[in-house]
Amino acid sequence: MGSLIPLIVAAALAPLMQALIIRTKSVMAGRIGPPLMQPYRDLLKLARKGAVYSHTTSWIFQLGPAIGLASVLLALTLIPFGGFAALSAFPGDFVLVVYLMALGRFFTVAAALDTGSSFEGMGASREVTFSAFAEPALFLAFAALARQTGQLSLSPLLAAISARTWAHAAPMLSLALGALLIVFMAENARIPVDDPTTHLELTMIHEVMVLDHSGPDLAMIEYGAALKLWLFAAIIIGVAFPWHCGHRWIDASAGLLGMLMLAIAAGLVESSMARLRLLRVPQLLLVAIVLSALALAF
Amino acid sequence: MTGLLLSLFFFLAGAAASLIFARRGRWPSYLGAGGVILGSICGSVPALLVALGAPPQSFRMAWDVPYGSLYFGLDALSAFFLLPIFLITAVSALYGVEYLEAYRGEKALAAPWFFLNVLAASMVVVVLAHNALLFIMAWETMALSSFFLVTLENEKESVREAGWTYLVASHIGTAFLLVLFVLLGRAQGSLDFDRFSAPSGAGTLFLLALAGFGTKAGFVPLHVWLPEAHPAAPSHVSAVMSAVMIKTGIYGLLRILTFLGPMQAWWGWTLCIVGLTSGVLGVLLALAQHDLKRLLAYHSVENIGIIALGLGVGIVGLSVGESFVAVAAFAGALLHVLNHALFKGLLFLDAGNVAHATHTREIDRLGGLLRRMPGTGATFLIGAAAISGLPPLNGFVSEFLIYLAGFKGAVSLNASGSVPMLAAISGLALIGGLAVACFTKAFGIVFLGHPRSERAALADEAAMGMVAPGFVLAGGCVLIGLFGSGVVRSMGPLISSVSGLPSIQVGRALAAAANSVARVGEFAALLVAAAALLCVARMKLLARRQVATAPTWDCGYASPSPRMQYTASSFAQPLTETFRMLLQTRCVFTGLEGFFPRRAEFHSHTDDPYRSRIFQPLFHSISRAMASLRPLQQGRVQLYVLYIAVTLLVLLLWQIA
Repeated sequence: MGSLIPLIVAAALAPLMQALIIRTKSVMAGRIGPPLMQPYRDLLKLARKGAVYSHTTSWIFQLGPAIGLASVLLALTLIPFGGFAALSAFPGDFVLVVYLMALGRFFTVAAALDTGSSFEGMGASREVTFSAFAEPALFLAFAALARQTGQLSLSPLLAAISARTWAHAAPMLSLALGALLIVFMAENARIPVDDPTTHLELTMIHEVMVLDHSGPDLAMIEYGAALKLWLFAAIIIGVAFPWHCGHRWIDASAGLLGMLMLAIAAGLVESSMARLRLLRVPQLLLVAIVLSALALAF
Repeated sequence: MTGLLLSLFFFLAGAAASLIFARRGRWPSYLGAGGVILGSICGSVPALLVALGAPPQSFRMAWDVPYGSLYFGLDALSAFFLLPIFLITAVSALYGVEYLEAYRGEKALAAPWFFLNVLAASMVVVVLAHNALLFIMAWETMALSSFFLVTLENEKESVREAGWTYLVASHIGTAFLLVLFVLLGRAQGSLDFDRFSAPSGAGTLFLLALAGFGTKAGFVPLHVWLPEAHPAAPSHVSAVMSAVMIKTGIYGLLRILTFLGPMQAWWGWTLCIVGLTSGVLGVLLALAQHDLKRLLAYHSVENIGIIALGLGVGIVGLSVGESFVAVAAFAGALLHVLNHALFKGLLFLDAGNVAHATHTREIDRLGGLLRRMPGTGATFLIGAAAISGLPPLNGFVSEFLIYLAGFKGAVSLNASGSVPMLAAISGLALIGGLAVACFTKAFGIVFLGHPRSERAALADEAAMGMVAPGFVLAGGCVLIGLFGSGVVRSMGPLISSVSGLPSIQVGRALAAAANSVARVGEFAALLVAAAALLCVARMKLLARRQVATAPTWDCGYASPSPRMQYTASSFAQPLTETFRMLLQTRCVFTGLEGFFPRRAEFHSHTDDPYRSRIFQPLFHSISRAMASLRPLQQGRVQLYVLYIAVTLLVLLLWQIA
């Protein structure tokens, strides 16, 4: 039955994955980069601070981060990891995962609009635009995987994908994986969709929406973002690196290795290319939709 | 049945009483609303009992009209549609008492109350009628009474125009229904529903029903009356029309399907296509609107699309013998009927509060209303999240069921059978994403940030009688979000009557679907608990620390003004630009001349593409063709007498020959 391990691993290691991406980018740029524990220190520091609220904001602004973190935490209880099934699994649970993300987005966007800032409105507008294209791609990719494995729930679905599945359905799995990777980059505000490290508010998507948050609120948002990165990465690794030798801990270690490789790969992508023009992003997401539709055709 | 007859009696008594006491100040309001509310309470008891599994009832009386009989039947299908009708009309009547106060003195209030009672009674008869003649009469009464409600503010040109469009559209729809009922009744020579038989051309009958009932329900491209009529009506009437009256179209379609024998796969495909078009175009057109009530009206088109999509998936599932797909999809579609009634009623009532307080429905002139109108804002937020299909609210539960059916079908059907399933899944996902965009816009721009106009800055919360109804409906949204599985479990008889599947098979599939819904409900409760816990934790953390307030970060600009905020149009612009092929937004831009431009103007307007490209040219060409007959009409009595005489003469000659 379900296990708490995937949730605990995610809660503990999600910020580390962010740190690994940053480390890869630093090494590629010839720098040493911040220590791997830096995201944890940042979270702790933010959690210890006071807060500054804008005059304009209402209770929506304060509710947003809490709902965002709560929804991603609950979504994580449905994500398996390594040989461990998720805490909870039922037919159609991936629909709930996607819609929990959408709930988090709804409130992040509402909190951004609550400040009355043009910049945050701009970011919010981009966020809802891009995710409207990302959702069909994600659902079609899930449909392709479900059709391949005959499962309607994430834990058995990912457990059913093995090296043997890859042997006879490699084209379909790689197409679905391509779609998932594009959605992973779009939903987690990574290059080439969004640049989390840029300094210009005008060009940001996700970071600009949380400009006015501070203290524990910002800690919740940052932690939520790390967990969301982990969530999508765990699904991708479940498909791309299906190590099932029967021993759950060895499988989980293999999963961790996969996460490390994905973090490095994300870092390499980010160091090797620039962000796309915002007008091009819907086209990238259309590519993801086409990829997952093709995956269904196989 | 006694309860329902009593409820009809109360509606008619309320109608009569509000006319009799028309000149007594607030009496028509109290009497009219009292009639609606008492009638709804009386009627909902038997409807609830039958919906929960009591045996169906019927009541029959002879009627002098040829082919007519006063034949009422209350079965699971009728009961399920009656419940939202009673709830929404009662809540809207309660709301109307305060809302119509603003018109007192300039309008006679007796008329809207008379027509609201008649509308309530006719909707109940439509759903209960088991005789086609009775059905058509109630259907016409429903169209006419709502027409008079829509045109309450008939001094405005736009309202008269909207009412006219509505009247024409409903009658075109009725024309299809007349043909449909004649064809159905022809074989047995009776117009009673239980003697209807499916002749060979079931497909034609299905298309007739789709066009006739689709006009009422608002399927694209027959929806053109909807975005005109719903914003023009007073808000409590918009709520009734959008939340329950258009659902009688869905009811009619389902009722006809039960007469047509085994359902064919292409009906399902057709409904899937209609649903996808309505859903996607509805939400896209909503995104492009600047008027809050018009935006909501387009969302009705979208939600009717979701319902049609669910029915389509169900019929495809049924035709290939996948009972789980059929049952889950029908359950989702029917539950969405109820859910849409709850949140759309809520949103229209709250939009009414906004319009009442600020005297504008222009989204870009509002802003910051959450502080001035806390109750309206909080309930609008619940409605907005629910209509976007987000957990932990009811909209998610019904969409989840349709997704579940779609995924099950995509997994277990062969290639051609899974195409509509995949189309439904990706369509629902796109609709969901766009709905989030549209409702973050509607809620965010109207209720958050700074007020964008003086009227918005000076807005006051509406009276208790206009805020409380919203809380009732919001409560319903939360309850179904948490305990939707109970509703799904009780839908067994309903779904077996719609799908024609044996009840054991339905029960088994429904139990499986309800189990997933129950888990969704658990997650909804956990979500609320987790968010509350995090809020408390944050409050504890901040309790002894410095919490300051400051202006919003504006990159160092010293004197921001409310006009610099992002507007609804700019918020939606990336999406409306991406879909400009479908929307055909017209932009008017003047200005920026010389080195120091003084004034510049920008307007954008999105017409309904079907109205401006199909229906207007069509009706213009009809009226041009008819113009040649115009000389016949001179307005002189002598000439008309001559026409009569000539006609008689011609008939006489024809008879002789």
